[in-house]
Amino acid sequence: MNRRTLLATAALGLGLAFGSSASAQGMDKVKACFIYVGPIGDLGWTYQHHQGALAVQEEFGDKVEIAYQENVPEGADAERVLTQMALSGCNIIFTTSFGYMDPTNNVAAKFPDIKFEHSTGYKREHPNVSTYNARFYEGRAVQGHIAGKMTKTNKIGYIGSFPIPEVVMGINSYYLHAKKVNPDVQLSVVWAFTWFDPAKEADSAKALIDQGVDVIAAHTDSTAPLAEAAKTNGTVIGFGQASDMADYKPSPRVASIIDNWNPYYIKRVGALLDGTYEQIDSWAGIPEGEVEIGEITDAVPADVKAEAEAMRDAIAAGTYHPFTGPINKQDGTEWLADGAVAPDGDLLGMNFFVEGITGDIPK
Amino acid sequence: MLRLEKRPSPSRFWQGATPILAVVLTMIAGGLMFAALGKNPFEAIRTIFWDPLFHPQFASYSRPQLLVKAGPLILIAIGLSLGFRAGIWNIGAEGQYIMGALFGAGVGLAFYPADLWFIFPLMVIAGAFGGWIWAMIPAILKTKFNTNEILVSLLMVYIAQNFLSSMSLGLLRNPEGGGFPGSRNLSQYPAASNPELIAGTGMHWGVIAAFMAVIAAYILLQRHILGFHIKLAGQAPRAARYAGVNPTGLVLLCMGISGALAGLAGLFEVSGPAGQISIDFNVGYGFTAIIVAFLGRLNPIGILLAGLLMALTYIGGELAQFMLGLPAAAIQAFQGMLLFFLLAVDLLSNYRIRLAHKKEAI
Repeated sequence: MNRRTLLATAALGLGLAFGSSASAQGMDKVKACFIYVGPIGDLGWTYQHHQGALAVQEEFGDKVEIAYQENVPEGADAERVLTQMALSGCNIIFTTSFGYMDPTNNVAAKFPDIKFEHSTGYKREHPNVSTYNARFYEGRAVQGHIAGKMTKTNKIGYIGSFPIPEVVMGINSYYLHAKKVNPDVQLSVVWAFTWFDPAKEADSAKALIDQGVDVIAAHTDSTAPLAEAAKTNGTVIGFGQASDMADYKPSPRVASIIDNWNPYYIKRVGALLDGTYEQIDSWAGIPEGEVEIGEITDAVPADVKAEAEAMRDAIAAGTYHPFTGPINKQDGTEWLADGAVAPDGDLLGMNFFVEGITGDIPK
Repeated sequence: MLRLEKRPSPSRFWQGATPILAVVLTMIAGGLMFAALGKNPFEAIRTIFWDPLFHPQFASYSRPQLLVKAGPLILIAIGLSLGFRAGIWNIGAEGQYIMGALFGAGVGLAFYPADLWFIFPLMVIAGAFGGWIWAMIPAILKTKFNTNEILVSLLMVYIAQNFLSSMSLGLLRNPEGGGFPGSRNLSQYPAASNPELIAGTGMHWGVIAAFMAVIAAYILLQRHILGFHIKLAGQAPRAARYAGVNPTGLVLLCMGISGALAGLAGLFEVSGPAGQISIDFNVGYGFTAIIVAFLGRLNPIGILLAGLLMALTYIGGELAQFMLGLPAAAIQAFQGMLLFFLLAVDLLSNYRIRLAHKKEAI
């Protein structure tokens, strides 16, 4: 290599370094802000996000300042709160509910230098908007297996929050895996139309129990469904949702899905600090540790527990996908051929029940 | 011992002074609560009442937002105040607000993507109609079957909420939304949108409508025979009947006006700040407006000020949560205190507090 090419290479390298540093310069201190749909004490969805925020604080100490706002309604109010956050000097804002999708994108347009991270949505209208979600359906598969084995009435229930793809795929995964181990199983779905409303959630659980359901999974954020199940003297069991809900161990809470946002939040804020931040669409699950299965208690027979843990480990190892064909849609038409694995696109837009589920998705 | 003595007529001085006294008492009690939560009470009060108006960083944004938040509150409260004055209790403005938004947005979306000048005016009419028709249900049930309009109008809210869910999942769902609930965003459809009229002011048609409603209600109550009838029916129902007031007509009229105004508020909200029909589109304006109406003493000017004050506690409350880490529940308790003290000190306008003499006690 002669001197001239060496210089040219150096210049090129320098140019590249400068070129990328314009968009990805590290920061000395990051203000990370979080907007929550429920209270941080819901012991479910919002609680777990807040645990993530605290983990970020712990990880980076003085280099990070955390600010948050809880109980923000989805819609016009969210847009105002986000704008105020942006004005107050947040560098990265995590918007942790589906309904913040349009407000997040609207505010992101006005503050191109601030990073926005929207949870569970699909709109990334601006380069500073990233989205992230977790593959909760992987955990639902494990729950479905336990439900199918544990039900005595052959009736299992699911409290749906809103009929959006994320919830529909959870229902389908839960049902498919219950059905696999118990062909007689019937699924009842109740729609609560809320993320967090303990009274409504308790009513939904009651309605299911009145129908003879003895295993309840919930897609809402509070512990109310478990509290209802606890009143039945052990005849009805359920699962911790979003967080471990360990207070209800060993029964009615026999297992749980834990949303562990800590690694993602630490990764993203860390990337902003060291200058490697880029727009992404993240969808991690059990393999990455973003979805965890909480302890399966002794209320579950040892063999069922072993099977459930084997399924979890197979998902973690990447050898099993909860949506593996043959699977038909509710109307009997084929969705996945034998051995086919559901493409992510199908899952993200899922608006149909699988074959065997009775009842309709609200329209 | 203290003794209460009924005033022959409510004190004009205290009627004006009690809202201010209530705000001061709320600040004191709220300050104590914030202190108990380990926050500096002066900083908290300043963040709630001062920063949204004058903070160098936020004020330029939050001042206009005050109008955005106060607009629907004032519009609904003005309508409610007419009925409340006449002793007609429409508690279901929240439902009328939803139906106004649904009717208005429905008309707008039916024309999508046409770009015609009359779409927005038509939506305004449809919005008012939606709220009006929803209020007519309890009104007609009351006049025909003598049902209780408080209960019926309140229960109609829950029906409206279910309509809202059904519409955002079905008929009005955005066909390009990937199966997610919620309509198209009207703010991205110029012919049907209710934008900020002058950038940076927060002024949209809903705020203008609220101001117009304040003026119209003021003239109605001060200068018009109808306003006299409304006041008379509330203060002396039997006298009103002798004076030729038709109670049936008054119920239909007051419910109708309050419903139509709530419907308009919903329409302006859905086409402007909210942007779309979604399952949780309503955030309680219809209920908060009841507080605003009473905080403003059912007086149009009072309601205007009360609406702005309420908006201030919302926006300031958000700032306090965010800047000082106050829990959301503390802010709600703070707003609740405001109504509590208002009702409590109301006593002063109707009663005198006297020191009881021993002689009288015997």
